[in-house]
Amino acid sequence: MSEELLKLNKLYVDYKVKEGYLSAVKKVSFSINKGEIFAIVGESGCGKSTIAHSILRLLPEHNEIIKGNIFFNGEDLHEYTDKQLESIRGREIGMIFQNPLDSLNPVYTTGFQVAEGIMLDNVSKQEAWNRVINLYNDVKMPDAEKRAKSFPHELSGGMRQRVMIAMMLSRTPQLLIADEPTTALDVTIEAQILNIIKTLRDEYNTAVMLITHNFGLVAEVADKVAVMYAGEVVEQGTVFDIFDNPKHPYTKLLMKSLPRKAKSEGRLQTINGSVPRLTENKPGCRFENRCPYVMDICKIKDTERRIVTESHFFNCHLEKGGE
Amino acid sequence: MSEAVIELNNLKKYFKINIGIKNKKAYVKAVDGVTLTINKGEIVGLVGESGSGKTTLARVLLNLTKPTDSHVVFNGVNLSKATSKEMKKFRTEVAVVFQDPASNLNPRDTVMNSIMRPMILHGISKKIAKQKAIDSLELVKMDSRYLNSYPHQLSGGQLQRIAIARALVLDPKVMILDEPTSALDISVQAQILNLLLDLQESLGLTYLVITHDLNVIRYISDRVAVMYLGKLVEFGPTKEIIENPKHPYTEGLMAASPILNPHDRDKEKYLMQGDPGSLINLPTGCHFHPRCPYYTERCQNEQPQNIILSNGHQVTCFKYELFGKNS
Repeated sequence: MSEELLKLNKLYVDYKVKEGYLSAVKKVSFSINKGEIFAIVGESGCGKSTIAHSILRLLPEHNEIIKGNIFFNGEDLHEYTDKQLESIRGREIGMIFQNPLDSLNPVYTTGFQVAEGIMLDNVSKQEAWNRVINLYNDVKMPDAEKRAKSFPHELSGGMRQRVMIAMMLSRTPQLLIADEPTTALDVTIEAQILNIIKTLRDEYNTAVMLITHNFGLVAEVADKVAVMYAGEVVEQGTVFDIFDNPKHPYTKLLMKSLPRKAKSEGRLQTINGSVPRLTENKPGCRFENRCPYVMDICKIKDTERRIVTESHFFNCHLEKGGE
Repeated sequence: MSEAVIELNNLKKYFKINIGIKNKKAYVKAVDGVTLTINKGEIVGLVGESGSGKTTLARVLLNLTKPTDSHVVFNGVNLSKATSKEMKKFRTEVAVVFQDPASNLNPRDTVMNSIMRPMILHGISKKIAKQKAIDSLELVKMDSRYLNSYPHQLSGGQLQRIAIARALVLDPKVMILDEPTSALDISVQAQILNLLLDLQESLGLTYLVITHDLNVIRYISDRVAVMYLGKLVEFGPTKEIIENPKHPYTEGLMAASPILNPHDRDKEKYLMQGDPGSLINLPTGCHFHPRCPYYTERCQNEQPQNIILSNGHQVTCFKYELFGKNS
């Protein structure tokens, strides 16, 4: 039986803006089990990164209102003091970001920056350094010893992301939040990084929350997928549920807009219209203005959860989803 | 027989650099002996990792920088010897759309001004230019009410449409598209790709599409050129390159490209190791040999030549020298 590691229960995040509040995340609930790769996929501005940042309390202070609960190993992270949360960051939950160059200090060697984290656990300098070399080997950094003494600007994009993964690994967290980890990298390097993430999961049973807009990555590594649209999870299921049997009209259209064919086989599906302004906090389905199956009820009433199988659900007024 | 619009024969572009405090002279061989023909009305995709020389090749094609050796032939005219009149014609016939539309539209200019600018520069009267701007916005399926908007008021997809509209105003024959969709979301990407295909068919354009997204290439292009560290390693019809790649690098690139079907994920695939390397410290012999799973001693010492296989498929690898057409 798989164990539940992270659980979000009806999470709402509102940002304070000029016109009032912007509802960036609305009623999001899901749970991630140990050793599972859980992908959150959606287009830019749909709230993917907001969720990740709200878990580790990385959002700009006093600028947002968070409602709902985030349970990690059964404990509510919202009740933690800042100090308690600090002990979780890095040690229990690690995070890597899109652009590794922004996350590394340009004036220290990469090896020192990784060792710094290890030394937080009262490890001697020499031992920390040895661990760094081992970690660099684990993430398949070529020429580990030399690279540990290199500065960030001397490394390629792929190597920098390896440094970030080594840094995250150094304290063997139970959950890794990877926010667009390969977007800035070439496909060949992306494949190598994905391989490292998969190995991590297999060896350390690390759970991974993979945030991406790239369905290719999802198809490649994810076990479960949550599809987000305008701050809401519209559909969730195993990777096979989502790719083989999408139900929500948005997921359906998105699947058909992926370039999976040649132009001789016809044009790609497109989705008309654009994402609504999230400051108007009105009830109803947020996809209503772009949905080909829109009904009157969609404009006035929030959607209902439709269960397909134990692992698969979608939120829509249509009982069977889009046909 | 199809008509060649752009012909390159052993084109080279080197940049001179100084290394270290001793100012040792060295060259970055960004484009090193590329031979390529683009025919009228076709879409050629150009793929390769970052630093493989794709964008430099595009800049040479656009005559934004002079080639070190050889020259670009456009519609039979050698650009290095073109008269200023021929050059002006070339400038109207070849258009370009860059990757990030937000950074190449002037933030202080309205959409109308941005679109009209190339026409004004080419001496078209303001009145006609205005009408053409409205027409071209219609071509890219945007409402004319956006003409008085500023770039910051528009979304990424809308900005890319405007960049395309601007490229179209001088009635070009050839469009060079540098990563036209990589800054866009999936649903917007689909809209832009469809738009590009519609325009190509209705206006009879020729495209060179530069991208690192192989799924986009498979969808849009007729032929694909693969570059690795300044060299063209493989060139041929899209279907053949995707289904039956000949060069080990193309094979690795195809395998690394994310699949869009989770049922294929457990298929055995070959993972290319290492980094693309840099153009300054080029490996001896075949540039790909440090990453190649099939390399022999010969690959370390000698540079492979371009070999033409059947149906215009060309590959630069020793593996095919002996077998020729039958491989």
